[in-house]
Amino acid sequence: MSAAAERDVILKLEDVSKVYAGTVAVKHANFEVRKGAVNVLVGENGAGKSTLMKIIAGVEQPTAGRILLEGEGVSFASSGDAVNRGIGMVFQELNLFGNLTVAENIFATREITNRFRKIDRKEQERRAAQFLERLEAGIRPDTLVEDLRIGQQQLVEIAKAVSLDARILIMDEPTSALSAAEVEILFKVIADLKGRGVAIVYISHRLEELIRIGDYITVLRDGRITGQEEMKNVDTQWIVRQMIGSDAKDFAKADGHVPGEEIFRAEDICLPRVTGGLAVDHVSLSLRAGEILGIYGLMGAGRSELFDCIMGRHGQATGAIFIAGKQVKERDTTRRIRRGLALIPEDRQREGLVSILSVASNLTLASLSRFVRLFHISGTEEKQAVTQMVRELAIKVADPAQEVSSLSGGNQQKVVIGKALLTGPKVLLMDEPSRGIDVGAKADVFRTMRRLSRDGLGILFATSDLDEVMALSDRIAVMSNGKLTGMFDRAEATEAALVAASALGHGPAPHMETNAHD
Amino acid sequence: MTDIPAKAAAPSASSGSVLLTLMKLRTFIALIAVLVFFSIAAPNFLSSANLILMSKHVALNAFLAMGMTFVIITGGIDLSVGSIVGLCGMVAGYLVLNGIDLQIGYTIYFNVFEIALITLAVGILIGAVNGLLITRLNVAPFIATLGVLYVARGLALLSSDGRTFPNLVGKPELGTTGFGFLGAGRLLGLPVAIWILIVVALGAAYLAKYTPLGRHIFAVGGNERASRISGVRVNMVKMFVYMFSGFCAAIVGLIISSELMASHPATGESFELNAIAAAVLGGTSMSGGRGTIGGTIVGAFVIGILSDGLVMMGVSSFWQMVIKGLVIIVAVVVDQAQRRLQSRVTLMQMAKAG
Repeated sequence: MSAAAERDVILKLEDVSKVYAGTVAVKHANFEVRKGAVNVLVGENGAGKSTLMKIIAGVEQPTAGRILLEGEGVSFASSGDAVNRGIGMVFQELNLFGNLTVAENIFATREITNRFRKIDRKEQERRAAQFLERLEAGIRPDTLVEDLRIGQQQLVEIAKAVSLDARILIMDEPTSALSAAEVEILFKVIADLKGRGVAIVYISHRLEELIRIGDYITVLRDGRITGQEEMKNVDTQWIVRQMIGSDAKDFAKADGHVPGEEIFRAEDICLPRVTGGLAVDHVSLSLRAGEILGIYGLMGAGRSELFDCIMGRHGQATGAIFIAGKQVKERDTTRRIRRGLALIPEDRQREGLVSILSVASNLTLASLSRFVRLFHISGTEEKQAVTQMVRELAIKVADPAQEVSSLSGGNQQKVVIGKALLTGPKVLLMDEPSRGIDVGAKADVFRTMRRLSRDGLGILFATSDLDEVMALSDRIAVMSNGKLTGMFDRAEATEAALVAASALGHGPAPHMETNAHD
Repeated sequence: MTDIPAKAAAPSASSGSVLLTLMKLRTFIALIAVLVFFSIAAPNFLSSANLILMSKHVALNAFLAMGMTFVIITGGIDLSVGSIVGLCGMVAGYLVLNGIDLQIGYTIYFNVFEIALITLAVGILIGAVNGLLITRLNVAPFIATLGVLYVARGLALLSSDGRTFPNLVGKPELGTTGFGFLGAGRLLGLPVAIWILIVVALGAAYLAKYTPLGRHIFAVGGNERASRISGVRVNMVKMFVYMFSGFCAAIVGLIISSELMASHPATGESFELNAIAAAVLGGTSMSGGRGTIGGTIVGAFVIGILSDGLVMMGVSSFWQMVIKGLVIIVAVVVDQAQRRLQSRVTLMQMAKAG
């Protein structure tokens, strides 16, 4: 590395680790941020990017390691500390107050006041307008944030970070909700900031974006930094290789059974978005009995929304679904479950479990009618079913009467799966089934998926983990921006092709190879 | 009591946490404490006449508190029960005295049994209005039932122009006699109202423990989204709990007007607060998902005995209010302490298990 490049380093992380209860999010990371440049950070979901950035922005404190700001060791007790040292951040989850105006949001905690400590609303709005002007957002500073589109809210978040006049500006997926035109404006602003010597840390999933605006790239995998290069020396292949790595995870082997007849078909599923446009955009797919169909896509690609539509959770969804050739006319979740659909939701805590009920009550919640004689729940039959499920899925629990919240994440996930299986489904929809659970439980979940498919269930599973989708699926569908952008047989699927298809329809895509067919 | 807390108690009790067990039994301990205290402090407290009188007072609150318990378990609140008591009393009184005038020269008179059924139906109907406001129109339970509180009370006052329907003896030739049986009648030595309470309480406890509907009530309060995705018909469950609450309030309205042989439109004012207090004292969590019918009944007894005992001791009613308030606050504080202790014990067990 040249001496000039060394001098440009404004912030340096040395051997930083971050441990949460049970999981290590960042392991011994060394990371350098250069001023007057766009420092790109890339990695799969859960690789530790956001954690690393939160450490820099003072939101989280590192468990071990040092932070050097211009060669001097610092520690941030809070994000306010980091802001005072000139570090600003655009958060991935919008940190805005919907009930306040745009100007009030931009100047939150550093309100402009007059002599009597009264907020100078006029002045705030005037200055806010200047920042918004630069983003060409066309947002009035006196509108309430909750009245804005998500994309506009993201611009407000960006304006807020820019208004800090930071020396280091972290942007965590700033374009995830922006339109192509808005992305162009953002890039202009970034170029402008860069010219003024601001160090920009830029996180995104969209490879074409990164390659376009990045100067330096750092790749994270499983909390470790696996590659650090100047952008001009790398290509897409290199990035994907660093992101995915080659270390094998414990995926259950395919047993080579042949899928049977078509068991499920979705035709032309559409779901309008509240902010306009379609969250699920004319998606059609079919699934055979005993087949595992993986749906790969980035966050916000519309996978969860597609599952929600199939389960009848959105009254305004259109399209038709068929089970074993017969159309499912029922529109509510209760009756769709009876027809043989079951969903394992992505967010275990909010949608999967009733955390204050026992393991047993959670397991049988969706299938109580099976154990009812007249109107009485048969205790022995229920217990039998619970015991059997606990054994089959290897749920580690001393007593099924224990509250489900006392279990580990992996065992909780098994309870959610058990609940779905007790309804006797024909088609199982699994949304990120391995998220947030340990390696052993992951292997159990994958084994269960194999066993179920051998028993003739059709399984649709959504994931943003490339390894997983490649190892488990018989076929792979790729979604991007609400659309189905690719359908691959396992034999012909390559990681590069999946990544390419998952980025389609985002912004001004430069020309991309499309092996999408079907 | 339903099985959930009872079973959950098993592993922690075996871990030898005496304190935790004591905290879990706090409502019982409080009940025994007030019983012992007043039997020593108040003369005649333990006489059978006094016990029966007290149990009749308790029963009225216990009915409302049971309905309230289910509502609170689903994460809602029902402020309208007191007004439903008043309105249902007026409906019963009106039907006994006036029947229904068909406007064509005929008036239908109902017998007492039919009157009771119609009154119960009115209570359930008002509960259904609460339920519809909450499930269909997405009004917050607090606001919806607050509105119904005023509307029902207003209707009760309008029905008689604010006057009392006196002397509900009925006329033998119209077949409307016998209204006093509910409030004053006895079976096997116990007041009819107590028998009704026993039947309804057993029914409610059975419902909570052994039926899918009962399980769904807890699930909805514990996590509404997860329940919906699991196929629970959340709206139907909510409709049920408000209708059941209205049903319980209608029973109370009938019993009170039957006891007094008169219907007064202001009957039942602030009853909803006593019902909430009993439910909370009995371990029902205001954030939903937790509670038992047994606990609520015990809670109603603690509150009832406390106020009757204090009256017998000649404590001023102003001090009674202060004491009642303190008891409720202490109950909730202990409840919170128990939760914290419980989760610590669970965490320790998890750590021990690996």
